[in-house]
Amino acid sequence: MPEYRLRVNDELRTVQVDADTPLLWVLRDELGLTGTKFGCGGGYCRACAVQIDGAPGFSCRLRVADVGARRITTIEGLSPDRSHPLQRAWIAEDVPQCGYCQSGQIVSAAALLDRNPDPSADEIDAWMSPNLCRCGTYNRIRRAIQRAAREGTRDEAGSEDA
Amino acid sequence: MPERGLSRRHFLEVSGGVGVGLVLSFALPGGPAAARKTAPPGTQELNAWIRIGTDDTVEFFVSQLEMGQGVFTSVPMLIAEELEVDWQRVRAQQAPADDRFGRQRTGGSASIRRGFDEFRRVGAAAREMLIAAAGEAWSVPRSECRARQGVVIHEPTGRQLRYGELAARAAALPAPTDPPLKPRSEFRIVGRRVPRLDTPAKTDGSAQYGMDVQMDGLRVALVERPPTLGAKLASFDASAALAVEGVERVVEIPSGVAVVARTTWPAMKGREQLRVKWNPGDGANVSDESIDAQCRAAIGRTRLARDDGDVDQALAGAASTVEAVYEFPYLAHAAMEPMNCTAHVRDGECEIWVPTQTQSGTRAAAVKITGLAPEQVAVHPTYMGGGFGRRSATDFVEDAVHLSKSVGAPVKVVYSREDDMRAGYYRPAGTSEFTGGLAADGTPIAWRHRMATPSIMRQKGWTLSDDIDGVVVEGARNLPYAIPNLRVGWAEVELPISTHWWRSVGSSHNAYVTECFFDELCRAGGVDPVEGRLALLDGHPRHQRVLRVAAERAGWGTSLPEGRTRGVAVHECFGSFVAQVAEVTVGKNGRPRVHRVVCAIDCGDVVNPDTIEAQMEGAIAFGLSAALHGRVHFAAGRVTSANFDRYPLLRIREMPRVETHIVTSGDPLGGVGEPGTPPIAPAVCNALLALTGKPVRRLPITPVG
Ligand code: FES
Ligand code: FES
Repeated sequence: MPEYRLRVNDELRTVQVDADTPLLWVLRDELGLTGTKFGCGGGYCRACAVQIDGAPGFSCRLRVADVGARRITTIEGLSPDRSHPLQRAWIAEDVPQCGYCQSGQIVSAAALLDRNPDPSADEIDAWMSPNLCRCGTYNRIRRAIQRAAREGTRDEAGSEDA
Repeated sequence: MPERGLSRRHFLEVSGGVGVGLVLSFALPGGPAAARKTAPPGTQELNAWIRIGTDDTVEFFVSQLEMGQGVFTSVPMLIAEELEVDWQRVRAQQAPADDRFGRQRTGGSASIRRGFDEFRRVGAAAREMLIAAAGEAWSVPRSECRARQGVVIHEPTGRQLRYGELAARAAALPAPTDPPLKPRSEFRIVGRRVPRLDTPAKTDGSAQYGMDVQMDGLRVALVERPPTLGAKLASFDASAALAVEGVERVVEIPSGVAVVARTTWPAMKGREQLRVKWNPGDGANVSDESIDAQCRAAIGRTRLARDDGDVDQALAGAASTVEAVYEFPYLAHAAMEPMNCTAHVRDGECEIWVPTQTQSGTRAAAVKITGLAPEQVAVHPTYMGGGFGRRSATDFVEDAVHLSKSVGAPVKVVYSREDDMRAGYYRPAGTSEFTGGLAADGTPIAWRHRMATPSIMRQKGWTLSDDIDGVVVEGARNLPYAIPNLRVGWAEVELPISTHWWRSVGSSHNAYVTECFFDELCRAGGVDPVEGRLALLDGHPRHQRVLRVAAERAGWGTSLPEGRTRGVAVHECFGSFVAQVAEVTVGKNGRPRVHRVVCAIDCGDVVNPDTIEAQMEGAIAFGLSAALHGRVHFAAGRVTSANFDRYPLLRIREMPRVETHIVTSGDPLGGVGEPGTPPIAPAVCNALLALTGKPVRRLPITPVG
């Protein structure tokens, strides 16, 4: 089986897998990064969201052979200690119910805030619509993103280089 | 009043151990008969397990399973309230399958409803034992001692001992049979917005779901199941599948043909390479059209479920009548985490890791397949990516146990999304036909409701009393409105499609049809929908109260922008009463858009208001998803809506603002997980009726043209 070198959460990782293997299953089964979830395998739910060079991507639809040198960030790479402003906001708003979709929600929302530090409700809806939540935590997701936008920059002042 | 003390019928174990301190467990194993005599229905399911460490840690084992509904926090809140411990020190774990907990399943919105007093008694018993231990240590009467924040204080002298210091001594004492409970006014935890214990792990990817189970030697399997309803395996050729690198075995099990691999992707890829021949079964011709036709045809065969007054005579004498036929489809639970289970069958033992709503059912399924004794089967519940009723079934457990048994290694069986959506266990489809009669002043005086659905109970092999499936007529048979001539009939539709409990069960469709038809009558009679309801709800104060609160908070009767209307619905199920008012517009594409939902719930008492609000939001999203999009499609015996492209779920851009008002009545406690779902579909449809003048008689809602 071919060998691939991947840049995951700022580490270089080497895996030996079939070229067609979706990045999702490489992360989960080969690298033990199970925070990224399998929801549909078809690009419909974004439970499998990871950041690929900072943009939210469907890891279930990306072949390992096509990843190349791009930077992959998973939920585990967002912060070492739940200190990312979105994680803090998610806890403050008690967003999760079952929680299964939430890695994908947070990883997707983080890419939004990187681009747009103060998104409107409509902008949040547009950006987050690929992410399904069967438990219906959407209103809290909106609130948490807005809270992170409000509080994140203040608390992180000086330490955030973006 | 049924006997409620912690007496004979409670199993009690007290044991001290190194570093453990006090372990208490309670259950009601008195056997089904004994339990039925003394306890309200289902009370034998209640249990809790407290562990107080010598280091002051307090750990609760929660037998009720967390699927997003918050029980992993609310059960510990009830125990901690009486135990008098600092909430910050509380840790919780899900309890494994263990007979000492009684029957272990989570569903029916029952955990808190039935456990409010029992869980507090468990905490109170432990508290009393700790107080007694302190009294003994100081040789003072226990009446001079008080427990507070994890310490026992000797009030006259101010001496203190921590629970951790008392635990071992307390463990040697007898448990009190009827410990005193705190008055409500002294609650410090219950009734407050307490942050959920499971939230942090759900924000950093560390929460372990069934899908995440990993262990040495684990194999992953996908199962090719019958492609059409009732098809039977004829033969298969595994050679191409076995040629996929990573695939190790291809095994026939009762549900189909399994491809077993070292990891998930080869198992998926290998399954695609399987060549399987199936013999078509009795469902090979089932289609959307045939389902609808069969339901409609069955309407003529209804059996009486309720018959008040004389409907025929009242209809004949009515000033006017209204007729309508409503239709609703099969629905899938579509939990975000597809079904899965890991099993390891070894010599004389079986271990199972599974996202399940039932430790007991899981164990029973494994016992049946392996022939092991129950105590040889260990069940470890994991976090669950949604349940909604689906995970009270055990199809995935059976697959995993069969596979581990035949492969001789731990096996994780994984359903793809398509497997999950095709597996059956749907909310039944059906038809409801109505004839209503109005008096000259517009008051409804006759209500004839004939419904036809498959029978969930019959499919599960349960006995139907009076030949009526009590769960599918729930919410229709007990219509609360004071209509003097009222008849409800039900006909069974036989279809080879498996059905199951779907969040709010019969109420999910019966609230839709009855509350929509009620609005049709209001419209025909020229009566305001809120006024019309209130007028016929005498003797149902809890319905009236939530209806009034929702209407008032929504500004019912006040003007809205052009093109926006309100609709209302009220429904009781699982002991709780919910009214919702939805504000709706129709977009250029003809699709309804729900902007705002005002929701009032009376669930008797409140453990965690934040959880109630979250459950209302979630239940509204769940019901709205069904109203706008939900239908399991069939063609030529095959489910054709197997992923979220053909079975769309509600997305964030479709999510209305939700305002929840909790009405505390001091009435008996009701459930919270399910009752928020039924009213949303009729509230939205009634808003559309007000907007367009046309009733919405079929779900999912088709674009308004
Ligand atoms: S799992 Fe990738 S989009 Fe659903
Ligand atoms: S929290 Fe359950 S799917 Fe989003």
